[in-house]
Amino acid sequence: MTAMAPEQQAISRQQVEDFLYAEAALLDAWQLDDWLLLFDEDAKYEVPCNDAPDGDPSCDLLLIDDNYMRLTARVARLNSRRAHREYPHSRTNHQVFNVRVLDVSAGDISVTASFTVWRFRAGRSSCYVGLYRYRLRCGDGGFRVALKRAELDMTDLRSVADVAIIL
Amino acid sequence: MSTGIETRRTPEAEVPPQLPIVDDDPISQRFRVHRSAMTSPHIHRAEIERIFAKSWLYVGHESEIPEPGDFVRRPVGGRPVFMVRGVKTGNVNVFHNTCTHRGALVCRQDSGNSKVFQCFYHAWTFDSEGQLKGVPDRDAYAGGVNFDELGLKRVARVESYRGFVFASFDPEIEDLPSYLAGAKDYIDLVVDGCGGSVEMVRGTNQYSFSANWKLLVENSFDGYHAESTHDTYFKYLVSIGTDLRGGVSGREVDLGNGHAVIEYSSPWGRPVAKWEPLFGEEARTEIERLRADLVARHGEERAHAMTEVNRNLLIYPNLIINDIMAVTVRTLYPPAPDAVDVTAWALAPTNEPAPLRHRRLDSFLTFLGPGGFATPDDLEALESCQQGFASGGVEWNDISRGMGRVPMANDEEQMRAFWRRWQGQMGAAADLAGAQ
Repeated sequence: MTAMAPEQQAISRQQVEDFLYAEAALLDAWQLDDWLLLFDEDAKYEVPCNDAPDGDPSCDLLLIDDNYMRLTARVARLNSRRAHREYPHSRTNHQVFNVRVLDVSAGDISVTASFTVWRFRAGRSSCYVGLYRYRLRCGDGGFRVALKRAELDMTDLRSVADVAIIL
Repeated sequence: MSTGIETRRTPEAEVPPQLPIVDDDPISQRFRVHRSAMTSPHIHRAEIERIFAKSWLYVGHESEIPEPGDFVRRPVGGRPVFMVRGVKTGNVNVFHNTCTHRGALVCRQDSGNSKVFQCFYHAWTFDSEGQLKGVPDRDAYAGGVNFDELGLKRVARVESYRGFVFASFDPEIEDLPSYLAGAKDYIDLVVDGCGGSVEMVRGTNQYSFSANWKLLVENSFDGYHAESTHDTYFKYLVSIGTDLRGGVSGREVDLGNGHAVIEYSSPWGRPVAKWEPLFGEEARTEIERLRADLVARHGEERAHAMTEVNRNLLIYPNLIINDIMAVTVRTLYPPAPDAVDVTAWALAPTNEPAPLRHRRLDSFLTFLGPGGFATPDDLEALESCQQGFASGGVEWNDISRGMGRVPMANDEEQMRAFWRRWQGQMGAAADLAGAQ
């Protein structure tokens, strides 16, 4: 067994789950400014295309490939009254399960989880299903997000139209 | 319902509509479209028969199937077909995706490489040129069945232009170059601007929404809506240091046969080849080099058109090539009057160096696609229009903008070119009395 730093040894799945549930709650409450505070300034938020879930943002087309600057702009956009697709906001319900802590040895903590995100607006319901991949870091006040990637299981976006909400 | 005995009717031979759905009044400089064009099931059925069955429709790009046996399958004009590069000939074949025996799909993967296509139902097997090669227990058939005639059925017409593969279900349709008319030059500008050879980037946007397909045609080259609908996008540009003062200015051109384009300068950058702060300081030299190469090859005037000028191009009826902050190719089909299926790709120079490709994709995602800062708001606008139609009370959409002047990029002449062709193809079916 390889030696681990004490703070890494201490990480339990339950801690990670608590963090992911808290993140989901911020999204569902549309507290996007607070949600953004969970991310490090070199963080990425990625959503690959349905037909290329392994898509690499440097050479493949993704649906979303935000660095921190564009993620900040996305939050500002969604907070404004001019993001017409999301004004008024959808009601969302971010559900997280099958949380697995894969690797805590390389500095960042690799986590995968299944998600179901329900979105309700103007009489319409949409459901996004897929796999989250996170890289988390241990900070002073808890975990920080270095990467959040949402890989969709639906074969296309025909039933949900777009990805205007944050998954 | 087909009777099996169909007489070909040409729109020209028809009695023109008494109450045209497209009300084109050049004297009073007013152009209106009756909203039943977007809501009527009769109109929708007529569109499938008269437009989608009688036009050249985009299938895919040759770069998607570079090697013998490479294939992609997708619906074209609402019908499942697949495109495969023949192993023997190297030709691009487009087949109806149905077994000639009892009907099952013979190509059941979205993409891949295969020498043969076997129907899993009774194991009839076809090669990449469509020939029927295998029939289990062939001796059971009497002489009346000619297996040589039971190869995969080709779509009636298939031609390509600069790698863009089109098919038509109408065997009598004019050849593709004549059909494309003035749009050819604009495809040339896009492809030559990319160094003469282009490819589709991996990753497809397939989305649908609840509005009439023609609203998306209009929206795809509507300069007038940009500032009001896409305020959050322009704010983002400002936040990263883009200078908006130049604004959007340019013109629109009717390219014949329903094709049209708007071409204009813009504040945003272009991977080929207009620098902006989003691209980073380190990109300046590379972008200047790209531009200089194009000037050397094509001269200053054409290089200017390739590098600094944006193009939103409609190839009638349902292909849009937008060469803007990146190049997107988008095709659409209406499964119902109030529904549209969109499939979109990013087009890029073949073998584009990695840093340039990354920058291009980054630029694409600021505005385009179902997760971009603009496309979702367009969907909202178009669904909002469709919902507004249901309110009734107002019968006509107004598309007169710019009729009294040389049309500018934020006028509506390009939409009028589309609608005039639509009316011509619909013929007597574009009559208000029949639509309601």
